[in-house]
Amino acid sequence: MSVDLFINALIAGLLLGGFYAAVTVGISISFGILDIVNIAHPGFIILGSYIAYIVNDRLGIDPILTGIIVLPAFYALGAVIYQIYYASFEKRGQDPLRGLAFFFGLLFITEVVLILVFGVDYRYVKAGYIDQSINFGFVNLPLRMLIPCLISLLMLALLQLFLTKTFIGRAIMAVAQDQLALQLMAADPVRIKRIAFAISIATCAMAGAFLIIIQPVEPSVGREYIGRVFAICVLGGLGSLPGTLIGAMLLGVVESFTATFYGPSWAPAVAFGLLLLTLAFRPAGILGR
Amino acid sequence: MRSWLFFLIACVVGAVVFFATRMLGNEYYFFAGYTVLQFIVLATAWNILGGYTGYVNFGSAAFFAVGAYTSVFFHKAYPLPIPVLILISGAVAGIIGLGMGYLTLRLRGAFFAIATLALAVVLQTLIVNWDFVGGSRGAYIIRPREIAVIGNYVQYLFLLMLGLSVISLTAARMIERSRLGFGFASIRDDELAAEASGVPTLKLKLIATTLSGALMGMAGAPFPYYIGYLEPASAFGLQYAVNSIAMPMIGGTTSWLGPLIGAVLLGTLQQWATVNISSAVNLLLVGVLLVMFVIIAPKGILGLIESRARRKKS
Amino acid sequence: MADLLQVSGLGKRFGGFVALDNVELTVAQGERVGLIGPNGSGKSTLVNCLCGTLANETGSVKFDGRDMNGLTAHQRTRLGMARSFQLPRPFVSLSVADNIRVPLLYTVNARSGTHLTASELDERCNEMLHLVGLREKAQQHPRDLSQVEMRKLELARAMAAEPKLLIADEAMAGLSHSEVEDIVALLIRLNERGITVILIEHIMRAVMSFSQRLVVLVSGKKIADGRPDAVIRDREVERAYLGE
Repeated sequence: MSVDLFINALIAGLLLGGFYAAVTVGISISFGILDIVNIAHPGFIILGSYIAYIVNDRLGIDPILTGIIVLPAFYALGAVIYQIYYASFEKRGQDPLRGLAFFFGLLFITEVVLILVFGVDYRYVKAGYIDQSINFGFVNLPLRMLIPCLISLLMLALLQLFLTKTFIGRAIMAVAQDQLALQLMAADPVRIKRIAFAISIATCAMAGAFLIIIQPVEPSVGREYIGRVFAICVLGGLGSLPGTLIGAMLLGVVESFTATFYGPSWAPAVAFGLLLLTLAFRPAGILGR
Repeated sequence: MRSWLFFLIACVVGAVVFFATRMLGNEYYFFAGYTVLQFIVLATAWNILGGYTGYVNFGSAAFFAVGAYTSVFFHKAYPLPIPVLILISGAVAGIIGLGMGYLTLRLRGAFFAIATLALAVVLQTLIVNWDFVGGSRGAYIIRPREIAVIGNYVQYLFLLMLGLSVISLTAARMIERSRLGFGFASIRDDELAAEASGVPTLKLKLIATTLSGALMGMAGAPFPYYIGYLEPASAFGLQYAVNSIAMPMIGGTTSWLGPLIGAVLLGTLQQWATVNISSAVNLLLVGVLLVMFVIIAPKGILGLIESRARRKKS
Repeated sequence: MADLLQVSGLGKRFGGFVALDNVELTVAQGERVGLIGPNGSGKSTLVNCLCGTLANETGSVKFDGRDMNGLTAHQRTRLGMARSFQLPRPFVSLSVADNIRVPLLYTVNARSGTHLTASELDERCNEMLHLVGLREKAQQHPRDLSQVEMRKLELARAMAAEPKLLIADEAMAGLSHSEVEDIVALLIRLNERGITVILIEHIMRAVMSFSQRLVVLVSGKKIADGRPDAVIRDREVERAYLGE
């Protein structure tokens, strides 16, 4: 095993981890803080990817720019979905079965609609930096990984600031712990939760843009990410953004080493295997709550 | 009605169905009917864990595919008659269900559901990398044209699946009325209170997972012979996961009748849609129906009938 | 009289919050013990740790001579410890009668030496429901019951497990004067049959008329344990409830 191969695999893993963090941060909010198992999340990411693809294909606009432009639309979508979810399930009380089935149905519908509209061929975007890399000696930094990673870190930092420094952000963190106290502070818990969920879906717009820069996309790719996303959440401890980043980096590195030394076809199993093991032996996560 | 009587009646109904289909003359009905029967087994199996016990399994395809690939394995290594393959597949899938349950059932239901999704992907990755059963290239299974007594091989497969349907429906009904059924229901309604009432919740959940997984595996065993060419994408296809959930939830999750209604209605609808529109649209239909029913009629068709009857009484 | 329950050094924390701090408690067979304390003092946590719903971090619980550490809730119920929940947790999809049937099937029938036939099970169901006055509602569902009736169902379900020790967690909240008296009388009747009872309550009248011994829990610590009339006059107890 040569040192450069090792170092490059490590770096590729870290860059991948940065991207995985963007993919997961939405779930950190909806599952970690709101306790909603939104397994349709990866479906929305793929939706974001396809939107970025179409805009890039027809208008030549950079995917990340597209992501930023459609953020409000995804936010609105998230708000609408939360309203439906709240009115149909949360208000009526327990029965998590139906909530899960609801999101699974959404995931499914998203994937099938994408298949109907775009077919099952892989789609990719064209942008100037996609084929380029920066090189430091033997260290290879592909721009198509570096740029999404950097912007993802920026997005995470902004979200963390929002959650810890603004009133609404702190209300969101609080709503997980004590709804009554929140009500006494004259904040409407339902509105707070809706905002939080809408934010989580809005992150899909960016994550989708990142995804299609990093790899070609087809409708079923979303399902590969379900396990990754929840694996990272559980690894990093639910509801903690720094934890999400650490979990994402860890997964990225492990996957990168697996792909480099055992072949890429084993990569999907890594996340899921890791998830099963973590759930079995340390369900509170590495940073444990 | 006692269970053995139900079983007898179900067998008679099954025989009627078989001979009636024969009289229709067109072999297509056996092909289409096989799919519907397969879904009856899958939906009933899912409902034992999902409807009765309250734990959602998103990875039905995993257990189904385990059954299918067990058949492929033996076909290449040491051919065996299909009924034997069904039993072996059931055992293998059951053990996998038990193992996965043991790892994840001590956690909340949501984690279990996610883990089942994870399992499907892990197993698919394993199969894709296993060349003996064909890997990603797939495996061909030549379907014999004839078999003794029944004659046509497709009719034989149909008959087998009919038998599996009768067995799974009888089993589900037996569970419903038994001590086990009460235990499952108590877990579904309030697991904490069930524990406090003396119900060994972990043990019962493991039983449900094993049983459910085993039945799904059994449904998968004849599949390679039915379809002739098996590759991971189709064996682990999304239609199994979504149909296993949609059919019981649309039919009604509280009794054996629900999955039966759901499977027959949705299964026939899908066959029609696949032939007349397209297979992707047919899946879309299922997804939309699932979401609609979950929001509007959460107790499914059975629930709608029940509330109609209750309203008429008052 | 032999000690049925021996709790020593019981401790439980939630993150940084100490819910139970070195709790010691002994309950003799056949005793009627009352447990009181301000809201948040750890009473329900104590019940949860005793019954196995929560795992205690330090200390031990000995029931009927056996160490309970590591035993699950259903195992403890089968050994003879039953509890009712503060907020009723009925099995909503089952009828009222079937709610009672579950502990009969899984606790009573699971004990070696007992096997109730189907008709005996039905009889016991009816008997339990009659005891709490719910017999007419046997075929209805919990959603059709009033709050008060749900509390009675909760108690009946715990009683159906034929426990040696019954822990009633605030079973009387919201009940009327006469209903409280009914429940107290019921619990005393059970006690006369030999069942040890721990009553956790806020309603002082009920606690005083019921208890032979009174235990006071404040902020996870036991601050008093003795005869009810003495405990009530204890200065620390007064301070905990009435302030300085």
